[in-house]
Amino acid sequence: MARRPEHLAPPEIFYNDDEAKKYSTNTRIIEIQIEMAERAYELLTLNEDEQCLILDIGCGSGLSGSVLEDNEHIWVGVDISKSMLDIAVERDVAGDLVLTDMGDGMPFRPGTFDGAISISALQWLCNADKSTHNPHKRLYKFFSTLFSCLTRTARAVFQFYPENADQIEMVTSQAMKAGFYGGLVVDYPNSTKAKKYFLVLMTGGTTPMPKALGSEEEEKRINYIKKRDMCREARGKPMKKSREWILAKKERRRRQGRDTRPDTKYTGRKRSGKF
Amino acid sequence: MRLSTYNFLTSKAIKGVKVGFPLKLTIAKQDVVESEFNPTFIERLLPRLDWSGIRLAAEVAGLNDDIPAELPANVAENEELLKKLHHLLLEIDVLEGQLECPETGRVFPITDGIPNMLLNEDEV
Ligand SMILES: C[S@@+](CC[C@H](N)C(=O)[O-])C[C@H]1O[C@@H](n2cnc3c(N)ncnc32)[C@H](O)[C@@H]1O
Repeated sequence: MARRPEHLAPPEIFYNDDEAKKYSTNTRIIEIQIEMAERAYELLTLNEDEQCLILDIGCGSGLSGSVLEDNEHIWVGVDISKSMLDIAVERDVAGDLVLTDMGDGMPFRPGTFDGAISISALQWLCNADKSTHNPHKRLYKFFSTLFSCLTRTARAVFQFYPENADQIEMVTSQAMKAGFYGGLVVDYPNSTKAKKYFLVLMTGGTTPMPKALGSEEEEKRINYIKKRDMCREARGKPMKKSREWILAKKERRRRQGRDTRPDTKYTGRKRSGKF
Repeated sequence: MRLSTYNFLTSKAIKGVKVGFPLKLTIAKQDVVESEFNPTFIERLLPRLDWSGIRLAAEVAGLNDDIPAELPANVAENEELLKKLHHLLLEIDVLEGQLECPETGRVFPITDGIPNMLLNEDEV
């Protein structure tokens, strides 16, 4: 197995100009990051009719942020790597960018954000990159200042790559200590390839935990999506899987720099069923 | 960096700093990026924003006359003011400048629109 990037160098060194460039040119990376950000966004369960202010933690080149843009929210991204943020500026992202180390705490006033997402960044906090670093302390500092800068009905959703069970325990216990409740959602738990960890944290309210994908509870989720499509349609947005929806989605993919098939008269047509 | 984000930033992460805002803002280069006016969004942001920080931003951005000394009570019905706030908070883009911690005087530079809030080891 390849070595984990967190073991190679501190994030501000690992994500140098070369590594950062991959996040605007490598279609495979772009594809995966966007897909995970879309799932994290779904787990945020924002009120679809409201424009929100969202924090993207470890925003990098702004791939995860582009999913927030697509849903018409305003976002602010924080990252420790200048090279990654430079790519975000180059890509002309709509979000504001702040250079900061999440382990030193979120530099925002109380009650600022309606929600937060973080894609493939949290595992970096589990390492001590400097002699003065204590991962437990940095995680606690991070979660407690994040808790404070969110509104009291917000969620924060982290997709991350825990190294082992101890790390999961360390991360969740510091989050709970900081006042959050919630827990882990593991999508496709039985697949080595598709398995994904999402830490879903809430500041208040009593909403039930979301269900993981690829488990028997999936049925219920489909219902929810159906309902959302009906609401969307009522608001004049193209219906999911319709030709208009597919064309808009392909246009977004092109803007994000992903591989996209050309539009033809067959785009979005129903297959007849026979070959 | 939008001035709404400026309003939300604090230097509280520095050891010993109590409040850390409003930060003292200096703008060396600014731009205007037009964006769609959404009055409901501005209204929702207002209770989270610090009015003294809004006033400071207006002054530095050269829009002092647009923003009253105090937040009027019926702001939801005052579309003209909401539009001015939208312009100030979401359309002015600070490209170069600096933020200064009101308690310690520590300076955070803004380059290419990105405020550098990184701290040294002995500051945390
Ligand atoms: C795998 S990249 C993902 C970037 C982006 N979220 C995406 O989905 O494309 C991980 C990012 O986390 C950032 N990161 C790692 N440690 C960090 C820290 N302590 N504070 C802030 N950002 C950090 C890295 O600089 C890098 O940009």
